[in-house]
Amino acid sequence: MEFFDRFAVPHPSPAIYASMVAISLTALAVIAGLTHFKKWGYLWREWLTTVDHKRIGIMYLISALLMLFRGGVDAIMLRAQLATPDAKLLDAQHYNEIFTTHGVVMILFMAMPFIMALMNFVVPLQIGARDVAFPRLNALSFWLFFMGAMLFNISFVVGGSPDAGWTSYFPLAGNDFSTSVGTNYYMIAIQIAGIGTLMTGINFMTTILKMRAPGMTMMKMPMFTWSSLVANLIIVFAFPVLTVALAMGTMDRLFGTNFFTTDNGGMDMLWANLFWVWGHPEVYILILPAFGIYSEIISTFARRNLYGYKSMVYSMVVIAAYSFLVWAHHFFTMGQGALTNSIFSITTMAIAVPTGVKIFNWLFTLYKGKIEFTTPMLYAILFIPLFTLGGVTGVMLAMSAADYQYHNTMFLVAHFHNVIIPGVVFAMLAGLTYYWPKMFGFMLNEKIGKWTAWLLSIGFILAFMPMYITGLDGQARRMYTYSESTGFGPLNMVSFIGAAIMGIGFILIVYNIYYSTRYASRDISADPWDARTLEWATHTPVPEYNFAAVPQADSIEPLWDAKKKGHVLFKDKFEKIHMPNNSGMPFIIGCIFFAWGFSFVFGLWVPLIITTIGIFVTMALRSFEKDHGHYISVEKIEETETKLRGAK
Amino acid sequence: MKELFPAKQVMGFVFSLILTAVALIVYFMDMSFAAGMTILLVTAFIQAGLQLVVFMHAGETEDKGAIYTNIYYGVAMALITILGTLLCMIWGYI
Ligand code: HEM
Ligand SMILES: [Cu+2]
Repeated sequence: MEFFDRFAVPHPSPAIYASMVAISLTALAVIAGLTHFKKWGYLWREWLTTVDHKRIGIMYLISALLMLFRGGVDAIMLRAQLATPDAKLLDAQHYNEIFTTHGVVMILFMAMPFIMALMNFVVPLQIGARDVAFPRLNALSFWLFFMGAMLFNISFVVGGSPDAGWTSYFPLAGNDFSTSVGTNYYMIAIQIAGIGTLMTGINFMTTILKMRAPGMTMMKMPMFTWSSLVANLIIVFAFPVLTVALAMGTMDRLFGTNFFTTDNGGMDMLWANLFWVWGHPEVYILILPAFGIYSEIISTFARRNLYGYKSMVYSMVVIAAYSFLVWAHHFFTMGQGALTNSIFSITTMAIAVPTGVKIFNWLFTLYKGKIEFTTPMLYAILFIPLFTLGGVTGVMLAMSAADYQYHNTMFLVAHFHNVIIPGVVFAMLAGLTYYWPKMFGFMLNEKIGKWTAWLLSIGFILAFMPMYITGLDGQARRMYTYSESTGFGPLNMVSFIGAAIMGIGFILIVYNIYYSTRYASRDISADPWDARTLEWATHTPVPEYNFAAVPQADSIEPLWDAKKKGHVLFKDKFEKIHMPNNSGMPFIIGCIFFAWGFSFVFGLWVPLIITTIGIFVTMALRSFEKDHGHYISVEKIEETETKLRGAK
Repeated sequence: MKELFPAKQVMGFVFSLILTAVALIVYFMDMSFAAGMTILLVTAFIQAGLQLVVFMHAGETEDKGAIYTNIYYGVAMALITILGTLLCMIWGYI
């Protein structure tokens, strides 16, 4: 029995036991369902082994939506606890665990995969490619992300959640102060997912640099592709820092090294430093693709080309470089002198300039545009003022002297939610609505969609504006409660109501998916929004090979040219198409990594050694495998094309 | 015969052995920390450059521009990170 004690949750509550039961029941239901409907083979052949970028994108999407709910439930619990003074809903320890989980899940397992989802689905189509450069690596990236996310998600029922915040600062995250395995989960789960992300970075950079359709020079790439290129560039340079920092943290916790300890020559501040060397670029990894999505949507529904294409590109490239120059603004108050702080203050404020350029470009695109208020456009229009507010409070935070007042208060929490929710989350929901017809062959309901956008915005304002005020009045971040005499009570109640309204908004998204799946018309064209770029130039559903013939691009809007200016998109006749084969290997490696991570978390050395060998064996097998892919014959292409053209 | 003999690679290999030997001196000789670190850093960077150019064939294909841009960008970022970290953690830390 002693052996199993380590898996017990150190600080249980009825809610955790209830979750255990719920998780087991759901797992049983899924297994039973798959067996009953005889879907195991289908699942394996069509999804678990797929290397198709479109399906991988959809799997990222499903994971992101699931994690949105996990993180969302956490958020509601936090807000419910804070809604009234001296509330007893959660105790301090649970509050710590929940905000840590909420932060990690939302950033790394919701926002990141959401971006990966859209990037996977859209980028190859937008550049007229058949798949990404390394399709199998792409599948591996997904499975590593997925297994990392799952490992993190079981922590609260097996062994205990991490509780040192999503930043996991040492010495708090060290063994002395974080005694449960929670922080091991943090270190190792994020490590596994991070390796997957790093591979995606390399994969998509190569894809975008090497696989564009003929005629599409760098300065003719659609804006979403540009933003993805820049985001992946940042991934490639930022993620190795995280990898190293996590490895050092893991060694401190499990092997007794002294990188981040306070004695024996360790330097606890170095963790904060390395974390933010990665962490700040990470926020740009999230926001740039979001900007790309908005650019596509705004230009489509303003019915004109994007204003200032070149300045958009340059501002992104500048942001990519600047994003590595500002990290110390996250710890202005932790001991640097005035000179250092001033340097980082100035670089931080400077980054507002290219961001401002982008905002103005969108406004100029809207100006004189024939604006059509579809759901995606509504999100984009709501984004501009709300995000600008977040940007302005960001510049306030950038002033290092003033930051002594804001640091670690609810003001900061309000600021970053203010950029992340209208910036990233709205963009992802807009992108979801916009690309949904291309993914699934029907539109999401516009009326429910608009309700959702408004509810989320109103809920957002109610939830986060009060936090600016209580923050300035001194309500600290990460505090599980406050006394009545502080006077924070009423505003926090407003905040809770706002969070609840946002919760309704998120539920409406699911209802919309359900409703539209049942009732939406399947008889839509391949280009239902009357859009401008190549991803809309192929059929819906998109055939396995994306484009029967390689498209030709002569401007940033090839499809628009084809519709209005008689540009010929497809010059060539059909030729046989070379496609990659499916493979079970990425999924299997992912599973081994899961077992590896689990063994690591609990310090089970024998399984750890076995799984480590397993990982190397799978890699060796891959090196010796001969897999040349397969060809789709011209007859087969013609058959598919005639069938799909019928629907068009 | 001349075309078949990978002279560049063999030279590169010999040179990288020399660099390794030079780096090893730091361990065997009694020198100041600063001198030792200087030797290690200089040899390490030359070594890395050698690997990239000679053994990983950077610059031999037509996407040479993209490859070198990436390398320069990477070096710049690494330097910024290291100098910035020193600034925050040591020089500017009170
Ligand atoms: C329904 C919307 C949301 C609500 C109501 C909400 C609420 C909260 C609350 C109450 C906290 C803890 C404040 C504290 O006591 O320190 C928090 C922290 C945080 N949230 Fe959210 N949140 C929401 C959405 C998001 C999203 C979409 C993201 C990111 C994509 C996000 C990222 C974070 C992060 C990184 C933290 C910091 C965790 C830490 O302190 O370690 N949140 N949120
Ligand atoms: Cu930052």
